Order: sequence, then structure tokens, then C-alpha cells
Amino acid sequence: MAKAAESSGEPGTTSPRPLFAGLSDISISQDIPVEGEITIPMRSHIREFDSSTLNESVQNTIMRDLKAVGKKFMHVLYPRKSNTLLRDWDLWGPLILCVTLALMLQRSSVDSEKDGGPQFAEVFVIVWFGAVTITLNSKLLGGNISFFQSLCVLGYCILPLTVAMLVCRLVLLAEQGPINFMVRLFVVIVMFTWSIVASTAFLADSQPPNRKALAIYPVFLFYFVISWMILTFTPQ
Amino acid sequence: MAAVGDLQFEEFGNAAATAAENPGATTISIEGPGESPTHQAGLPRGSGGEEDDELLGNDDSDKTELLAGQKKSSPFWTFEYYQTFFDVDTYQVFDRIKGSLLPIPGKNFVRLYIRSNPDLYGPFWICATLVFAIAISGNLSNFLIHLGEKTYHYVPEFRKVSIAATIIYAYAWLVPLALWGFLMWRNSKVMNIVSYSFLEIVCVYGYSLFIYIPTAVLWIIPQKAVRWILVMIALGVSGSVLAMTFWPAVREDNRRIALATIVTIVLLHTLLSVGCLAYFFDAPEMDHLPTATAAPNQTVAAAKAR
Repeated sequence: MAKAAESSGEPGTTSPRPLFAGLSDISISQDIPVEGEITIPMRSHIREFDSSTLNESVQNTIMRDLKAVGKKFMHVLYPRKSNTLLRDWDLWGPLILCVTLALMLQRSSVDSEKDGGPQFAEVFVIVWFGAVTITLNSKLLGGNISFFQSLCVLGYCILPLTVAMLVCRLVLLAEQGPINFMVRLFVVIVMFTWSIVASTAFLADSQPPNRKALAIYPVFLFYFVISWMILTFTPQ
Repeated sequence: MAAVGDLQFEEFGNAAATAAENPGATTISIEGPGESPTHQAGLPRGSGGEEDDELLGNDDSDKTELLAGQKKSSPFWTFEYYQTFFDVDTYQVFDRIKGSLLPIPGKNFVRLYIRSNPDLYGPFWICATLVFAIAISGNLSNFLIHLGEKTYHYVPEFRKVSIAATIIYAYAWLVPLALWGFLMWRNSKVMNIVSYSFLEIVCVYGYSLFIYIPTAVLWIIPQKAVRWILVMIALGVSGSVLAMTFWPAVREDNRRIALATIVTIVLLHTLLSVGCLAYFFDAPEMDHLPTATAAPNQTVAAAKAR
């Protein structure tokens, strides 16, 4: 390689010679690889994206989406700083979780209309409008997370609280009393902390450093209100 | 190298004109009383700065005029316009909350903490926290009061959250609107030195409501005396913050009107706190008559036995 460089370098330093005159002097040694595959693998470029997902079976489509949702559930349950939730956001998971939570939290129609627990619509509105408000708040404070990414993270981090709701409902099948309440309180507190830790792990990095507390506090309030609704749920 | 002749000064034929131009270009509010605010948020600095140095301060008014003009220049339909209302750091919010908890006579809350930039973060989230604090504390307090009664069945009383939200947010936005309108009207009649923009009034009201959050939590204690003492303390702190903020804005006015304004402000504040206490928190002694008469006898007997 040095030989080739030298021989091509020399013609350049001596004054005027015709262009490329020294090319014939260059010898190509064996250890410069000048051959290889230059054919473009045609298969990946020929594939048409539209028809490949249109032609697949419904089961494939659903399983692919379910796997994505399930993978994100795993990320919430074992929160590490990863970008999966943020990069490939989707709102299926939050919708499933919110509907499940609202179904379990709604008061039965036997209850008096005036002072019971929340209705389905009230829970739904609180969850979605709470998430939208927190997202707007973090964007107004200067965070660089997109609107739907933030909604996705906040929605997925309701998973621990939904699990707490399931556990509470099961515990309430047993006899009521102080022990019953203490068990439920403990479960809700643990799951509340888990939600906060999970959402902070994903959201904290996108905030400007001197405003992190300002952006995280509404998340804390949001999950606190949901935990309160879960804890005070009384079956009829 | 330039020749010596090049160093001669050019003729400033328009020396007088440029010298007259420059003061007008750099200074802002020292000269004309007719200086109108050019930006939308309307921070009307009054006329010349000599009259009330201790409140305005010439340097402050210069800088704040410049800064305010630079900041709020986006049109109101863009996202950046609303971002200017959230331009606070964590320590600033904490400072403002501390200022609302410790009213020092002579220090104006607005001038000290907010004159640089009013924010909407504090008022909005303090009101949200207060709504949930009142609703949850009321629910908890009622549960503890009625515990043990055979006929009592616990209900979460979720509807009270929406009622609390309506009351608190209406108070935090409509009363400042009315007060601002009133101050603007008086400002047109009497030349006031200090006038506040709408956002600054919203800010003061929002931060002054912070004291009610721990008060609402402490209202869970089912003793009437304790609750009323808490009302007095909270009212004293936040009422004095409001009074000390708005007194400079009305003291130039007719004595009666000034006093009436301050009294109305404090009265509305009292109405809010007493109303919340009465509506969300059941009275502790009314349902407990049999046990209440029994319990003091037992405690008296126990005390005598010792």
C-alpha cells in the first residue's frame, strides 16, 4: 500500500505533467482487497411493505400487536432505563388497562346515585384527562418528549395499580375487617410506589434538569388519586 | 497604517439630534407618562420612577420592561406563548411557596417573587392538590367520625371531588378577574403607582391558597376547637399575604374604598375556608351524643381513680 501511495505521490510533486500520467506506474499489491460482492441483495428491496402486512392472517396481526403490548408490560414490571416504551409507543396497552380499571372500579347500580364511588365514565375521564394534563404540563415546562410517547408511558405505568385492584377485589371476597384493610393498604402502597418508580425511570430523562421535580410531582398526584380510588372501593 | 490626517473626527453635524435621539432609544420609562405598554400581557409600569422608588426601583423597571418585552412576543395561538407562563425552575416555585407561608410586613409578595415572571404552574397545581386534599380529607374525616356506628355504611363520596374542583378553580380564577377589573377601573380614576397585571393577581391568589393544603389534612382531627384554630391560623397567614399585596395598589385611593377592597378580599377568603370546612367535613359532635356523654364521664372517673 505504501508502494502504491509513493508511486502515485511522486507524480504529484513534480511540476506539470499531464493528469493521471502516473497511473500506469501504480502496482496493486495482493493485500488490497479490490474484489467482493457488489451485487445488491434484491430480496429485501423487492418486498413491498403494504401487501406483506395486508396479506398475512389476522392471527399474525393480532399476535404481533399483543406481543408488543406484552413486551412493554414486562418493561413496566422491571423498569430499567430503556427506550422501548418511548420509541415504539402505542396506546393499546393504556386502553386495555384503563378499561379494565374502570370496569372494576365502577359502582354498581344498587348504590345510591348521590355519594357512591366513581362511575365508569368518571374513572375513564380521570385517567385520560389526567394523563393529557400531565403531558401538557411537561411539554410546557420544556420537556422534549412527544405527546403520545408521554401518554403511552403514563398509561402503561398504571399496570401495577391494575394488579393492585385485582388483588383488592380478591381480598374483599374474604370477611371485612381491619386486617382486610391493612392488607389492601399494604398492597396499594407497594403498587403505587412501583408505578411512580417505573414512570419516573422513563420520563425523568426528558425533562430539563432544573425542573425535574416540577414535572414529576403531577405524576405523583395522578397515581395517588388512582390509588385512593382503588383503596376506597367498597363492594355492595 | 492610517495617516495622521485620517484621525480627525468627522463632523457631527447632527450632534444635537443624535444626542437627543439616544436617550430616547435606551431608556424606557423615565420620561413619559404616556409610555404605553407594547406587549400583550400588559405590565403597566406607572409614570416616572422617582415617586415610589421603594416599590418600583428604576433599575428593576428598566430590566423588567426589557425582559418582559422580549419574552412575551409570540402570538397567542402558538405553543411558545403559553410556554412563557411556565418558565420557572424548581427553586423558584419553592421560594414563592415559602414567601406565601411567611408574610413579612413591608415585603410585597408580588414585587419580591413574581415581578420577574408570573407563572401558571403554581396556581394550577396548588389548586389541583387542594381539590384532592379537601375531598380526600373530608372523606377520611367523615369515616373516622362515623366509625363504629351500626347504621353507617362507608361511601367514597366521589361526587364531592367535582364540587370541590368547581369551587376552588372558580375562586382562584374568577375572584382575581373581578379584582383585576376593579383595580383597572380605579386606576383610570385615580393615578395609582402600583398596578398588577391579571396574571400576577392569579399568581398571588394561587400561591396564597397553599396554606390550605396542610390545613385540610389537619382538619381530619375531629375536634371543633382544633378545626377553628386551624381556620384562624390559615386565614391569618394567607389573608395577610393578600392584604399586604393589595394595600399598595389601593392606598392612594379614597380611604373608604381602599379599606372596603381589603375587607372584601379577606372576607371572600374567609368564606372559602369556612364554606369548605362546613360542606366537606361533618361536624364531629352531633352524631356522637350517647358516646360523647359517656366518654367524658369515663375519662373523669379514670382521672379521679388515679
